[in-house]
Amino acid sequence: MSQDISAAMQRSKSRPSLRGLVPWVVFAAVLLLLPFVFQGNSTAFTLLNVIGINIVFALSYNMLLGQGGMLSFGHAVFFGLGSYAAMHAMIAIDDASYAGEGFWAHVPVVGMPVIGMIAGGLVALVLGWPFCRRAGTAFAMITLGLGEMVAAAGQMFPSLFGGEAGIYGNRMVGPQWFGLELAQSADVYWFMAFWTFLAVFAMWAFTRTPLGRMSNAVRDNPDRLQFIGYQPRNIRFMIFIASGSFGGLAGGMAAVNYEIITPEALGLIPSGLALLMAAVGGLGVFYGPIVGAIVVTLMNSMLSDYTDASILYVGLVFLSIVMFAPRGLGGGIEQVRVAWRDGDLGRRLPGWLTGTLAVGLIIVGMVVLVEMMFQATHGDDEFAQVLGMEFDAAALWGWLAAAVLVALGVVIKRATNKLREDQA
Amino acid sequence: MLEIVIFSTLNGILYGLLLFMLSSGLTLIFSMMGVLNFAHASFYMLGAYFAYTLGMHTGFWPALILAPLLVGALGALVERFGLRRVHANGHVAELLFTFGLAYVIDELVQMMWGTVAVAYREPAYMREPLFTLFGTDYSIFRGVVILISILMFVALWYLLKKTRVGLMIRAALTHGEMVGHLGHNVPRLFMGVFGFGCALAGLAGVIGGPIMSTEPGMAATLGPIVFVVVVVGGMGSLQGAFYASLLIGLIQTFFVAVNASVADVVNAMGANLDPYGELGRISLATLAPMTPFILLVLILIFRPRGLMGELEP
Repeated sequence: MSQDISAAMQRSKSRPSLRGLVPWVVFAAVLLLLPFVFQGNSTAFTLLNVIGINIVFALSYNMLLGQGGMLSFGHAVFFGLGSYAAMHAMIAIDDASYAGEGFWAHVPVVGMPVIGMIAGGLVALVLGWPFCRRAGTAFAMITLGLGEMVAAAGQMFPSLFGGEAGIYGNRMVGPQWFGLELAQSADVYWFMAFWTFLAVFAMWAFTRTPLGRMSNAVRDNPDRLQFIGYQPRNIRFMIFIASGSFGGLAGGMAAVNYEIITPEALGLIPSGLALLMAAVGGLGVFYGPIVGAIVVTLMNSMLSDYTDASILYVGLVFLSIVMFAPRGLGGGIEQVRVAWRDGDLGRRLPGWLTGTLAVGLIIVGMVVLVEMMFQATHGDDEFAQVLGMEFDAAALWGWLAAAVLVALGVVIKRATNKLREDQA
Repeated sequence: MLEIVIFSTLNGILYGLLLFMLSSGLTLIFSMMGVLNFAHASFYMLGAYFAYTLGMHTGFWPALILAPLLVGALGALVERFGLRRVHANGHVAELLFTFGLAYVIDELVQMMWGTVAVAYREPAYMREPLFTLFGTDYSIFRGVVILISILMFVALWYLLKKTRVGLMIRAALTHGEMVGHLGHNVPRLFMGVFGFGCALAGLAGVIGGPIMSTEPGMAATLGPIVFVVVVVGGMGSLQGAFYASLLIGLIQTFFVAVNASVADVVNAMGANLDPYGELGRISLATLAPMTPFILLVLILIFRPRGLMGELEP
């Protein structure tokens, strides 16, 4: 037994030599190349910056849910309070740089995520202990209450939170580091890329620490952990603090990006967003929340150009992933990767492709349905447009077409599942 | 002063009864299936909107029956085709499912009925005063709401304690597998309880809609409070949920009614807080929405198993 373990440790020690570095080199290269792809396109940079924030936010959330098994509905508390702390620091820098002296006159705005991180960690340290007694439903309800309470408090102390209007700062103050003026979104991109890379790497490294491993253990079997002599509550508390710190770091990034923060950032909606991104991307894979953050952010911002029901689509995607693909998009990617590695791809690909086709048909059918429903209840334009085609909600054929698409998709999916079972 | 006390008590009880109508279904579902239905308040909202739309065709009383039935049927469908499927992936997946469901229902409601409040009112003759005290009217409708709630709870009590189905439900709460081994269809029982709980939430929506305003935000306002009720009462305890509902209903109503600030309260206890400072200036009425959550935190620190709960959550 102990020999097995030491052999396994040997393997895991020898592995992160060069092959382990590949994803990080690719990640860094992508971050470095993106600005040249989107040169001069400020909308793209604005979107990229939001994606960077959301990646860190979703990953920090997954430290709780995916790795620690703690479902939280109040993660935005750390994000929001981190953001507020960073914003107050930015205002202090602004004030101090007029006078030209004092501590804040020497602090660069580039370092604001550190302030956010400290604030997030401190908040988790102060609040966390009573909450970490149990995981599961109780923890979920308590964090929900915590989120609601902090959000309500945000409206109550205007000197700290700025009331409804929030507080705002200016990122182009204080000493400049690395020649970053932080004037335009393309400039802010470098700041985002740096912190995103650093935070992602730090959170990945966290999964490799003993505490990161213990967090998986406390998720899978807290009773056994207690038998071995660990305190599950202590471990949960430490994960809670770590996750809160990184949530605050994302908040600090957001403060620099938006230059404004309102108490809404503390509430249930941003907390739900973190959950949405993590679950869509997949809780079981480290890079899952990254995929989820990219997909959900893109959906949120781009779908609204084409349809008025964009939030509904995000909700439906989330619901279908929870129902039909509990491992999320990241889990799907991982499955393909493992099949590729094992040379199994050729055999399994046809089934996956027909499955994808079926899902695609169902999606198109559902989109037609939703758009026609929207048009029927609102009637702002005469036809619902999907993929360049016009559907008339008043006529029966549109509804029929949608129903046929969905039915066809379901039939193909059934057939594929049958085929796969026969193969296995 | 007496006027405020009497009317706040009446309104607090009314609000508490509405809360219990929601939390009783939620507690039943939770203790049976182990899943906290995040979309429960969304079914409450659907109840109000269904009653609004149905009421335009059938009038108030038929809608009072039909809307909860419709919501209950919808809930049963959700359990049969959604939750049962997700069940295999554990409780967190179930919670995520109901969370997503709440999200989708909220959006659908905005799509169908618009983003602003709809004019869902009780019939005109029920707006007449039931009695007048100190020059303030208490409408017939409020009396009817209290009556319906109490009738509902008597029916619920009778169903659970005196009927065969109730016996099965109570048995399945503690010994679900054994009930299954004895040949009862436990999944169908689950579906029934889920649908019944949703119907209760729908009923709360039908009678609560005219009082609390029927708008797309009504689920998000009440939902977290109902969860607080369930935790404060003790997870899975119907009795606890009842006391917690009334407690929170009364506290919140009294906070709204009392015309005092934090400084007034603290200074009355002998402290010396600046009445014009940031903290002292806050009126108790603005604190009212926070009171359930303050109560939640206090309960968690001093009595983690809730008022009547047998186990720590």
